[in-house]
Amino acid sequence: MSDDARLDLPNPAPRPEGELELLEKVWATPKGWRIVTAVNNTVIGVFYIGAALTFFVLAGILALIMRTQLAVGDNNFVSQELYNQLFTVHGTTMMFLFAVPAVEALGVMLLPQMLAARDLPFPRLSAFAIWAYVIGGLVFFSTILYDLAPNGGWFMYPPLTLMEYSPGDNADFWLLGIGFIEISAIAGAVEIVVGVLRTRPPGMTLSRMPIFAWAMLIFAAMIIFAFPAVILATMLLEIERAFGWPFFTAEKGGDSLLWQHLFWFFGHPEVYIIFLPAAGLVSMMVPTFAQTPLVGHRLIVVALVATGFFSFGLWVHHMFTTGIPALSLAFFSAASMAVAVPSGIQVFSWIATIAKGRERFRITVPSLFILGFLFIFTLGGLTGVMVALVPFDFQAHDSYFIVAHLHYVLVGGMVFPLFATFYYWAPMVSRKMLSERLGRWTFWLMFIGFNVAFFPLHIAGLAGMPRRVWTYPSNLGWDTLNMISTIGSFMIAAGVLAFLIDLAKNFRMGSGAPENPWGASTLEWLPNDVYSTRSIPHVTSRDPIWDNPNLPREVEEGRHYLPGVPTGARETIVTSPIDARPQYVIQMPGPGWMHLSAAVFTAAFFLLLTVKAVTISIICGILAIVSCLVWAWQLDKPSQGEVDIGAGIALPTYRTGSSSHSWWAMVVLMIVSAALYLSYLFSYLYLWTVSPEVWAPVGSPALPALGYPLGTAAMLVLGAVILAVRQRSLPREPKRDVGTAIAAVTASALLIGALALEIWGHWQTGLRPTASSYGAMVYMGAVLTVQAAVAVIIMCFFAAARGLTRQLTRERRVTFDNAAIYYYYTVAQGLLGLLLIHGFPRLAG
Amino acid sequence: MMHRLARLLWLASGALALTACAGEQSAFTPKGIEAERIDTLFWVMTIAGGVIFAVVAGLTLAAMLGGPRLRAKIASEKLVIGAGILFPVVSLTALLFWGFMLMRAGEATEPSAIRVSISGERWWWRVTYEDEAGRTVDTANELHLPVGQPVTLTLTSPDVIHSFWVPQLAGKLDMIPGRENILTLTATQPGISRGQCAEYCGGAHALMSFYVVAQEPDEFRRWLDAEAGAARPPEGAEALEGQRLFAAHGCGACHAVRGTEALGTIGPDLTHVGSRHSLAAAALPNRTEDFARWIRDSDHIKPENLMPPYRIFSEEELAALAAYLEGLR
Repeated sequence: MSDDARLDLPNPAPRPEGELELLEKVWATPKGWRIVTAVNNTVIGVFYIGAALTFFVLAGILALIMRTQLAVGDNNFVSQELYNQLFTVHGTTMMFLFAVPAVEALGVMLLPQMLAARDLPFPRLSAFAIWAYVIGGLVFFSTILYDLAPNGGWFMYPPLTLMEYSPGDNADFWLLGIGFIEISAIAGAVEIVVGVLRTRPPGMTLSRMPIFAWAMLIFAAMIIFAFPAVILATMLLEIERAFGWPFFTAEKGGDSLLWQHLFWFFGHPEVYIIFLPAAGLVSMMVPTFAQTPLVGHRLIVVALVATGFFSFGLWVHHMFTTGIPALSLAFFSAASMAVAVPSGIQVFSWIATIAKGRERFRITVPSLFILGFLFIFTLGGLTGVMVALVPFDFQAHDSYFIVAHLHYVLVGGMVFPLFATFYYWAPMVSRKMLSERLGRWTFWLMFIGFNVAFFPLHIAGLAGMPRRVWTYPSNLGWDTLNMISTIGSFMIAAGVLAFLIDLAKNFRMGSGAPENPWGASTLEWLPNDVYSTRSIPHVTSRDPIWDNPNLPREVEEGRHYLPGVPTGARETIVTSPIDARPQYVIQMPGPGWMHLSAAVFTAAFFLLLTVKAVTISIICGILAIVSCLVWAWQLDKPSQGEVDIGAGIALPTYRTGSSSHSWWAMVVLMIVSAALYLSYLFSYLYLWTVSPEVWAPVGSPALPALGYPLGTAAMLVLGAVILAVRQRSLPREPKRDVGTAIAAVTASALLIGALALEIWGHWQTGLRPTASSYGAMVYMGAVLTVQAAVAVIIMCFFAAARGLTRQLTRERRVTFDNAAIYYYYTVAQGLLGLLLIHGFPRLAG
Repeated sequence: MMHRLARLLWLASGALALTACAGEQSAFTPKGIEAERIDTLFWVMTIAGGVIFAVVAGLTLAAMLGGPRLRAKIASEKLVIGAGILFPVVSLTALLFWGFMLMRAGEATEPSAIRVSISGERWWWRVTYEDEAGRTVDTANELHLPVGQPVTLTLTSPDVIHSFWVPQLAGKLDMIPGRENILTLTATQPGISRGQCAEYCGGAHALMSFYVVAQEPDEFRRWLDAEAGAARPPEGAEALEGQRLFAAHGCGACHAVRGTEALGTIGPDLTHVGSRHSLAAAALPNRTEDFARWIRDSDHIKPENLMPPYRIFSEEELAALAAYLEGLR
C-alpha cells in the first residue's frame, strides 16, 4: 500500500505519549489471587476452556472404567449400580459440562479477537456464567464419588426418574445440577448475540463477517430457542418429584412422552449447538492452510442457517420407536434426511477450498485433525442417514449402533475440530506454540484409537447389543467386538495424555508466540495484548490481513479507531448490526467481586436445594440476588459526552432505546422467556390432546367465573399503562425522583394482585395441582408468570432506587426502560395465559 | 468397476459381520419378515454409504495431492452445488420413498387369530395369549410363535418405559405406561431367538431378556394347549416336599401355579416354569440347580430385582424346591 493511502487512516501516528500506557493500565489483568475477579475475555476464556477440558478428561475416565467392564462378557469389574451411575454421569458431563461450555468458551475466547473488540459487551456476565458453571459442575461431578450420582441415563426419562422409581436424591442432582448450566448457557447466548451483532469493527458488514461469528450467532439463537424447552422439562419433573404435580404420571392424565418431546426439542438442536461452532472453526482453518479464501462462503452461511432451522424439526427421530403415528414418522424421517444437505454443502466447500489453494494443503497438527474430522464426521453423517430411515431405526435405536453413530458425529464433529482449534489458536494466548511432534502423536493415537473403539460397536449393535447394559452374556458373539473397542478406548486416552503433556510443557499464558504463525487472514491474528488490538481496524473485506498486509502495523501504531481510552475506563465501539457503522462507545465494567459472589451463591442455592437444606439454600438465593443488585448498581455510568474515535467521528458514550446494547440483551431475554412460555403452552395442549378424559376427569371443578380473569387482565393492563405513562415523563435533570418510585411500586403491587387473583380464582373452585394433570398445568401457568413477575418486581424496585438516588433522568434511563419492557412482556405473557386457561376450555367445550 | 467395489465391500463387511453372527440375538441373521426387509435395507444403505464415503475420501485426497488440472476442477462452487446439494437431494428422496414403502408393507392389515399381550415389568415380561375362542393363557419370560402366521402383540407397561426387541424377528417397539403399542411379528422359520429390553429401565435393565420359540403351527397349537392346562402334580418325595415348602413360605403371594393355591400375580406365573428355556428373564439357564441358586442368591445374580433372596432355606430344602419347580413342565 502506498503512503498516500496510509494518510487516509483514521488516526495519525505517532500517537501521543502515555496513551499506550493508559490503555495497558485500564485493561490490566488483576494480579495474584485477584485473578479470580478478572473479566477480560482472554483470561476467563482460558479458565473456561480449561474447565471444559477438565470435565472432558474426567468424563473420559468414566468411559474407560465402563469400557474395562465391557471388555469381556459376564464381567464384575464394577457393580450394576455404579455402572448405571457411570453412563449417566459420562453422558451428562460430556454434553452439559464439556461440549456446550467448550464451544461457548471458544466463543468467549475467540469472538472478541476476531471482531477486534476490546471485550464482550457484558464482561461480568460471561465471568458470572463461567464461575457458576465451574463451581456447580465440580460439585455435580463429585456425586459419582459418593454414590449420589444420578442413574437415570443422560436423558432421564420419566417415569423411571419419578419419586416412585428413583427415590434417592440422585435424580434431583441431575435436575437441579443442570439448572446452573442452563443459566450459564443462556447468559452466554445473550453475550454472543449482542457481541456478534453490535461489537464488530467499523466496516465489517454482515457479509464480511468471519464464518465462526456466523456459526456462533446461530449457536446462540439455537440456545435461546432450544434451552427453554429443557428448562421447562426440568422444572416440571422436579416439581412432580418434590410436590407430586402429575405431569408425567399416566393414571392422573400425565404422559411420559411429554418429557421426551420437551427433552428432544432441546436435545436434537443441542447436537447442532455443539457441531455448528466446530464447523465454523473448520471453515476458518481450512482457508488458512490452503492459503485461499473459502470456496462457497455464502453457501456455507446459508448451510449454517439451514442447519439451525432444520434442527428444530428433527426431535421426533429420537422417538421413532415410541409408537407414534406413521404420518409423523414420515415427516420427521424426511426432515432428518434433509439436514444432511447443509452438512454436504460444508464438506464439499472445504474439499473445494483445499483444492483451490495455489500451494498444496499444508499438513500440520491442526490440518491433520481437520482431515480426521472429515473422515469421522462423514462416516457419522452416513450412519445418520441410515438411522433417519424409520424401518432401519427400529433395529438400530437404543442399540450400540446408536452409541457408535453418536460418537462418530459428536467426537468427529466436535472433539476433533476442538483439538485442531487448540493447536491452531494456542499461539494467540500462549507464549509458545504447542509441539508439532507431540501433536502428531496425539492425532494418530486419537484417530486410530477412535476408529478402533467405535467402528466395531456399529456391528455389536446390529448383532443385538442394547446400549446401557452393565454386562452381557458371553455366548452372544459380542465379546471380540467389545474387546477391540476397549483397546481402542485406551488408545484415545493415550492420545489425550500426549496432549496434556504437550500443554504442560508448552502452554504458558502470555504473548510471545510467533505473530500469525499460520499466515491467517482474520483479525484475531493482529498484534494484541490485554486490551485486544492497539486500535480497532477499519475492515474493508472478508480477509483483511491478506488484502492489506500493512494492517497489523497500522493497527499496532494506533492508526485505526479508538487507539486510546478517551473516557478513562474500559470501553469499546458499538456498531450498527448490519452495516457495522460506528454508533457509540460503550463504557464497560472492569474486574469485580460481585459477579463472582453471585455465581458462588447461585451454585450454592441449587446444590443446597438438591440436598434439601432449604433454609440455607434460600439464604444463598437471596445473597445471589443481592450480589446481582450490587453488581448492577455499579453499571449504567452517566454519559461522558462525545468522544473522538478517529477519522473525525465523534461518538456518544451513552445510548438508550433500541440502539442500546442493553436493550438488545433485554430483547434476547424476553425471547428466552417467551420460548419458555410457548413450551408450556405446547405442554398444556399436548396433555389435553393425549388423554382429554383422564387429564381433567369428570367431576373436576368448573372454571372460575369470568370476573376473575377479567379482573386479573384489568390489573395487568393498568400496571403496564402506569409504567408507560411514567416512561414519558422522567425528569430532565437528576433529582430525587419520587414519582418514578411511586409508579414502580404501584405497578408491582398491581402485578402481585393480578397473580394472586388468578391463583385464588382456581383455588376457590376446589382445583388442586396434585389431583390431575389439568390442575397441575393450570397452576404451572401461574408459576411461570410468578417467576417472571418476581424478576420484574426486583427490576422495578431497582429502578425506583435509582430514581430516589438521583441516577435516573430522561437521558440516563436504561434501568427504568429495562424494567418497563420486561413488565410489558410479563403482562403479555399473563394475558396469553388467561386466554389459554380461561378461554380455551370454554371454546373447546 | 462399481460392481467390483460393491462386491468387495459386501465381502469385507460380511466377513466382519460373521464374527458377530453367532448369536441368536443378531439382526444379521433374520428369521422374521420385518427383520429380513430391514436386513436388505441395511446392506443396500451400507454399500451405497461405503461408495459415497470412498468418493468423498478420494476427492479429499485428489484435492490435496492431485495435479493442478484435477485440483482446479475440484476447486469450484459447482462441486459444492452438485455433490453437496443435488446429489443428496436426489438420492435421499429415493431412499425416503423406499423407506416409506417398507413402512407400509410392515403395517398389520388385520388382527391375527392369536393375540398376545406382553407387559414389560421391572425386570421381566408378563405374557398373556388370547386365542380365537377367547381363552386366555398366562405365562412369562418366553414367547412362542407359529411360523408363517402374523401374530399381533399388544405391548404395555405398568411401571417405567421398556422396549420389546427381538432383532432376528423385527425392530423394537417401546412399552410405555398408559399407552398400548401394537407390533406384528411373523417368524419365517422355526427356531429359538433371543430378545432383550432395549430401553433403559433402571436397575437390572441389562438382565431383562427372554427367548422366542418359533414353531410349526400345529406344534405351536399343542404347546398352547399344554400351556393353558393346570400345573403337573409333583412326582417323587423331594418334589412333594418342595411343593409343601413353596406353599408354606408364601411363595404363592407373588407367583401363580395354576391348579394349586398359589395365585399371586406380582411376579412371573410359574405354572409351566420348568419347560422354559431360561429363568429370571434369561438371567440364568433353566437347570435344576439354577432354581436353588436363584432362590438363595437372586440379589447377587440379578441385583436390585424385586424378589427378596431366601437364605433361610437349608441345602436340602433348596433342592426340594428346585425339584418341584423344575418338574412344573
